[in-house]
Amino acid sequence: MGTLPFFVYVSAFLLLPTGIVAIGALFDANNAFTLENYAHLSRSFVVKSTIDTTVVSAITAVLGAVLGSLLAYAIATGNPNGVLRRVSISASGVLAQFGGVTLAFAFIASIGPAGFVYLFAQSHGFDFYAHGIWLFEPIQGLSLVYLYFQIPLMVLVFLPALDGIKPQWREAAESLGGSTWHYWRYVAGPILFPAFLGGTLLLFANAFSAYATANALINQGAPMLAQQISNAISSEVGAAEPGFAKAIAVQMIVIVTLVTILYSLLQRRTSRWL
Amino acid sequence: MAVARRGVHRTRWIRLQVFRYAAFLFAAIFFLVPIGAMLEFSTRSNSGARTLEYWKSIVTFPDLIGTVGAPGQATGIVASLELALITSVVMLVLLVPTMVWVRLKLKRLNRIVEFICLLPLTIPAIVLVVGLFPMYIWLGSNFSDSILTLALAYVVLVLPYCYRTLDSGLGAIDVKTLSEAARSLGARWEQVMWRVIAPNISNAILNATLLSVALVLGEYTIANNLLYNNLQVELVHLGRTNAGVSIAVAVASLLFAFVLLIAISFVGGRPRRARPEAATKLGAGPVQGSAG
Amino acid sequence: MKLGNLWRHLALAVVAVFVVAACGSSNGSGSSSCSESTAKTATSVTACGGLDALIAAAKSEGRLNVIALPRDWANYGAILDKFTATYGIPITSDNPDGSSQDEVNAVQQLSTTSRAPDVLDVGIAVALANVNLFAPYKVSTWGDILDSQKEATGLWFEDYGGFMSVGYDSSKVPTITSFDDLLGSAFKGKVALNGDPTKANAALNGVMMANLAEGGSLDDISKGVDFFHRLKQAGNFTPVQATTATVKNGTTPVVLDWDYLSAAHGTDVPTWKVFVPNNAILGGYYAQAINKNAPHPAAARLWEEFLYSNTGQNLWLAGLARPVRQAAMQKDGSIDAAAAAKLPPVNGTPKFLSDAQATAAKNYLVAHWLTAIS
Repeated sequence: MGTLPFFVYVSAFLLLPTGIVAIGALFDANNAFTLENYAHLSRSFVVKSTIDTTVVSAITAVLGAVLGSLLAYAIATGNPNGVLRRVSISASGVLAQFGGVTLAFAFIASIGPAGFVYLFAQSHGFDFYAHGIWLFEPIQGLSLVYLYFQIPLMVLVFLPALDGIKPQWREAAESLGGSTWHYWRYVAGPILFPAFLGGTLLLFANAFSAYATANALINQGAPMLAQQISNAISSEVGAAEPGFAKAIAVQMIVIVTLVTILYSLLQRRTSRWL
Repeated sequence: MAVARRGVHRTRWIRLQVFRYAAFLFAAIFFLVPIGAMLEFSTRSNSGARTLEYWKSIVTFPDLIGTVGAPGQATGIVASLELALITSVVMLVLLVPTMVWVRLKLKRLNRIVEFICLLPLTIPAIVLVVGLFPMYIWLGSNFSDSILTLALAYVVLVLPYCYRTLDSGLGAIDVKTLSEAARSLGARWEQVMWRVIAPNISNAILNATLLSVALVLGEYTIANNLLYNNLQVELVHLGRTNAGVSIAVAVASLLFAFVLLIAISFVGGRPRRARPEAATKLGAGPVQGSAG
Repeated sequence: MKLGNLWRHLALAVVAVFVVAACGSSNGSGSSSCSESTAKTATSVTACGGLDALIAAAKSEGRLNVIALPRDWANYGAILDKFTATYGIPITSDNPDGSSQDEVNAVQQLSTTSRAPDVLDVGIAVALANVNLFAPYKVSTWGDILDSQKEATGLWFEDYGGFMSVGYDSSKVPTITSFDDLLGSAFKGKVALNGDPTKANAALNGVMMANLAEGGSLDDISKGVDFFHRLKQAGNFTPVQATTATVKNGTTPVVLDWDYLSAAHGTDVPTWKVFVPNNAILGGYYAQAINKNAPHPAAARLWEEFLYSNTGQNLWLAGLARPVRQAAMQKDGSIDAAAAAKLPPVNGTPKFLSDAQATAAKNYLVAHWLTAIS
């Protein structure tokens, strides 16, 4: 079986650690069996955090996918050997993995309350923080900052699909009397949609588990689930609950699994009527 | 997608160029302004004047470059570069044949492989490392304690990104026809992979490699919690000197990765004609004039 | 027969000479009787054959692993460099941003590897909760440490500390003379804690300082949480993680932090000032401990000896932290007077959180912090 090496490797380095985490959530600090860790998932701040994380991930996934695919289209329609293409994909590669304290600072230094963009706008009468500093709110601020790595990620992931579009298909559609709309709706769209949807799913999972950027921007109150996990693991004031951290992780896996199932159903549906 | 000017209406071409310029303009503003802010900050001295002192102090930091095999383990840039190389190679060797196989013969496994390749992204690194501890203890006592064992975990981390990229690429070519044609001409499976499939998805392979190199160079949490000092951990050390250095170091890290990725993009991704004679003999079809 | 007896006696004599010589050397007059196995259980430097034997053993081990010691924290950069320069032992410094809990996690998870930390520098709460991971050791200056600042058998012992303070950039906000100044309109969006109080020790103590300044007591942190609620309502509390970069850039010009950590911002911001409220002098010390399963036990013990020597203590003082032997060193004149003069002035009796009070504070915060600052 050609797939054996893959499954063996993945079992050792992914499924096994995941299993260790999932089962670890069933034991407390004294290694006694307990369902408390899972029961604690109903704590109100965990529920709120779950909702906020899901919303931010969904927003940045969809927006990132749309904007990313548009940018990818702009790149794909250019010279395939050109400097612009090389620079764009290299920059996308770097920015897709850029995050954490420094990404947060990059935004703080530009549009933060002491950032030059804000101060410039303010001096010209436009105070965009007049109703509160939205940069430090999970839904508005984090979403904007997350787009910084979501869009390049979509570019890299979607570009190969765009590269597969042949100009002959456009010509064929035109010669049959089709307009631009017809071309996209009946020819290119259906071919690109699976890759587009897959990219959106990837972006969702990417934002869902992101930690360092959120922690640098909103260090109080752990609004994102990954921050809740970090608190439960690294708290040095006695609030450390490693079992609970694992339970939250399992919950995250469950949520992404549900979203994946949704995605899979959507793929099957759209492949039928697209 | 080389849009030839011949045969495309002029208005459509103009509209396309307007769209492209607008897209690149907005992208440039959105992506370059924050980096510009960091550059400005890293060249601002305490008194507000422009200075290069923080940038200069980066090169004087001894542990940054790191050496191979020095006191038992490599650190810094050298370690991260080696890790990037190993991770990319192992990832490609593991993923490409598997994905092709699933497309050709094991369609039922498709969703499973897809899900497995998304799993690493659902678990935050700080928790994944908890699950990795026992494996690394075992590795350390039975095989090697070296920082290069991190590559084993990194391959898992890059799976989601590389799977999705390669999947886009494989979806754009007719894997079935290509491989059947090559097989019917007597090619062994390794030849099919290496000389037929791979050249046709060279862009996807390149993008996947870029993503995995960028990830390895930027990875912090797992290396840090396993008490290894890779590039990012050394940068955190260095950044604790003062504020200006911490940002200069971050921008330098981005520039370093950027230059490296551009270099890699010259190695792969050059346009190839559809070389497999088998495919051309089948006549005009989607595989003709394959994308560069 | 007589000759045989003579040979036997001679042989015995020769053996006796060797035995006496061997015994003599193991009675420690500088030769290395501190092997790895004895170093692992040595509870003091004499048990390991004296300082020279310890140094020799540490050198042969060849390395020291430390964790969570950023270079700009209480002058640790200079301390690490001085140790390596004095003894020629390279130091591997891991996880610079780690919390005390992360240190303990690393010891627990990686204790069988050669990368495990040899020594820890942790908050008292974490030290008390994890004594089963430590090896007892009494440094040679043990007597200078007060009983209340150490565990009786040497499992942990305090090293340095400071007072909770309000550090601020005097060019961006007006001079702070009382704690309530922070509620004023000049501080809109500018006040930050060093971390989340349910996670970070410095942040919990920051809230406790606010609590004391608002008339609360060590047993009940509710007034402190209420203060931050009011701070948030006034729009003055910013949730951004305060780093040297955000301080210099002006996003977090006011940070509640330990005075020795706050003082580090002075290198980036020449107008940085440190304010300790007179009615809320909250002190906190950190503690040293040696990993029971340290991969380099002799080096670990040598490190402790170094830290508690006059050199080590004065280096901490240079980082504006108060070394635990400060009182004793002031008495016998070995203190670095110039560095001591630079410490932020403190007028009044400091208070310290007991373990029970810290736990009560934590419980209250876990239950109420999020709603207070939302």
